[in-house]
Amino acid sequence: MSIVKEELKLNHLRQLEAESIHIIREVAAEFKNPVMLYSVGKDSSVMLHLARKAFYPAVLPFPLMHVDTGYKFPEMYTFRDELIKSIGAKLIIHKNEEAMANDMNPFKYGTDKCCAALKTGGLLAGLEKHGFDAAFGGARREEEKSRAKERVYSIRDEFGQWDPKNQRPELWNLYNSEINEGESIRVFPLSNWTEVDIWEYIKAEEIPIVPIYYAQKREVVMRNGVMIPIDRSSPYTSPKEGEEVLIKNTRFRSLGCMPCTGAVESDVTDIDGIIEESKLARKSERENRVIDLGSDSSMEDKKKEGYF
Amino acid sequence: MMITNEKNDFDILRFTTVGSVDDGKSTLIGRLLYDSKGIFEDQLAAVQKTSGKKGFESDEGIDFALLTDGLAAEREQGITIDVAYRYFNTPKRKFIIADTPGHEQYTRNMVTGASTAHLTIILIDARKGILDQSRRHALISSLLGIPNFLIAVNKMDLVDYSQEVFEKIEADFKELISKLDLANANIEFVPISALKGDNVVNAGSKMPWYKGSTILEVLEGVDVQSTLVDKKFRLPVQYVIRTDNAEYPDYRGFAGQISTGTVAVGDELISLPSGMKSKLKSVTALGADTDRAVAKQSVTLVLEDEIDTSRGDMIVKIGEEPELRKEFNANICWMSETKFEPRKKYLLKHTSNKIKAMGTEINYKLDINNYDKLAATELGLNDIANIHFKLLKPIAADSYKENRNTGSFILIDEISNDTVAAGMIN
Repeated sequence: MSIVKEELKLNHLRQLEAESIHIIREVAAEFKNPVMLYSVGKDSSVMLHLARKAFYPAVLPFPLMHVDTGYKFPEMYTFRDELIKSIGAKLIIHKNEEAMANDMNPFKYGTDKCCAALKTGGLLAGLEKHGFDAAFGGARREEEKSRAKERVYSIRDEFGQWDPKNQRPELWNLYNSEINEGESIRVFPLSNWTEVDIWEYIKAEEIPIVPIYYAQKREVVMRNGVMIPIDRSSPYTSPKEGEEVLIKNTRFRSLGCMPCTGAVESDVTDIDGIIEESKLARKSERENRVIDLGSDSSMEDKKKEGYF
Repeated sequence: MMITNEKNDFDILRFTTVGSVDDGKSTLIGRLLYDSKGIFEDQLAAVQKTSGKKGFESDEGIDFALLTDGLAAEREQGITIDVAYRYFNTPKRKFIIADTPGHEQYTRNMVTGASTAHLTIILIDARKGILDQSRRHALISSLLGIPNFLIAVNKMDLVDYSQEVFEKIEADFKELISKLDLANANIEFVPISALKGDNVVNAGSKMPWYKGSTILEVLEGVDVQSTLVDKKFRLPVQYVIRTDNAEYPDYRGFAGQISTGTVAVGDELISLPSGMKSKLKSVTALGADTDRAVAKQSVTLVLEDEIDTSRGDMIVKIGEEPELRKEFNANICWMSETKFEPRKKYLLKHTSNKIKAMGTEINYKLDINNYDKLAATELGLNDIANIHFKLLKPIAADSYKENRNTGSFILIDEISNDTVAAGMIN
């Protein structure tokens, strides 16, 4: 009896997987025009893999959208294009062309304004342009304290804004998909996953990831205590005058825009090493994301403006 | 099948904690996170930056409450408004905490947190004994069918770690819950000091008279999966997957998350409400098909015959069919500021089904502090009541007592689109 039961048990990854697939299928069934936000990072990679499992052997019933700021790592673009080709999904690449033509950058305008224009602005315009009524995002509640209070189905008004005081109760696995004209929802199928869960699942399912999650020798400069990577092909990722360029063995725990994403020192070159490092980490994976360092309620403020 | 190749004893326990200002709930959660290393240094530092204006500090100099209050308004006011979800692991298990406020005005948040919980921690202040809050909490936990109760008698350090105080509270609580339907629940009492850490993660040396488990030992030991696997097989159909290619010619699979039970190739199945019958041919999975599936897995089933089944239907085993119900009584928690209106049509979402429904009669309203059944003509925010419902079409439903998944529903207001009630079918 007990032997049979052991075989019938699901471990934490299979429980999380089942919950996420249930959410993804609900959205596909109940919304007219969903889209999956794909940002090339590890969470997006897991979310996309779960979506493929959810509808296998059929193809994804919705497109993917990458809100591209133009400042991502070169390795991210290469990875994205190869992966999309190999799985045969439909990918929309949306950019805030106007802001990019006007040279929006974090140095002249500051990280907050740059993010607002290229990420939040790009996202809202992209959703509106295609009339998407539901957008999947790979955010997890563990990442940040305001995310810990956000629902799996996060209702946004016409401006894409989140109102933390006006959230619908969410009970059992019953999600309320009713929205009014102009409203949309953001859906977070990975809400209950932690960073370690993500890495363990990537290992278990052999999901491909961008190679810069692994350590390599890299030129970096120290800016406000954050180790920023250098790429001399663009003025925005080159060292500034007077900055000392160091060569360090580093990797990235989370991926964003190159000028605003810090590296961590590491010698880890395989998935087991990453899992070990994540388990031992005493700092959250967003410690090196310049966007979060603004104030105690930085993320909550951005979400209220329409950010993921 | 794939799942047997993995180490399966590391699973997830979801539990809920309810509490209001000063009862030590946030301190307990902070202590669990901190002692099990579930909190990051930079998150701790961000909190310490805003600390120093309120709350209790532990021996480590940390105001644990600030760790768990996520919204700016909560940190400013020093209160918990909403449900917050927290995560931590031990070598045995992954834990998901639904942290909810305890005040009566937040009953709906308590209900929300309790809906998915396998275990509830009820905190009682050793100095004060059982208060209205404990009574409400016990009632909601029992209504929501939480199978495991952990009664944590906190602040034992402030009553000289007295065995007598603890045993008095234990006796009082047992007396209280004798009025509730908890015959099948597993109930444990633990004397603790969340602030000092006694009996939370480590036993400590202050209460040698207590021979039971610490909070963490209870959390690690509770079995949550066997009971789901042992129940009747239920698969609410979420999505019909169709494709036609060389590997899967003219493919039709029924996708959904198995609520309870198990299913294997060859099992005789019936789809409700249509009543059409077939056998399980295979379980499709990316990688390799399998011949069996179990409770809580999200699966895609392929049947031997072409039968008419779509989203909202339920696939079960022949001989284990649930009743098709067009009318039933249900306990509900009203969650909206707009009052409940008898005979008004609401949208009822039950599994993957949405159907028009109306509450025709309020059978009674519950006084959540003393459990009396009261006559009522109207219901407002946070009220808990028993209502008679009529549905436009019948649904395949179990009683909530038998099955928390196929016995639950939400009500949606068709104009505001708000979720206005949580329901549990009798």
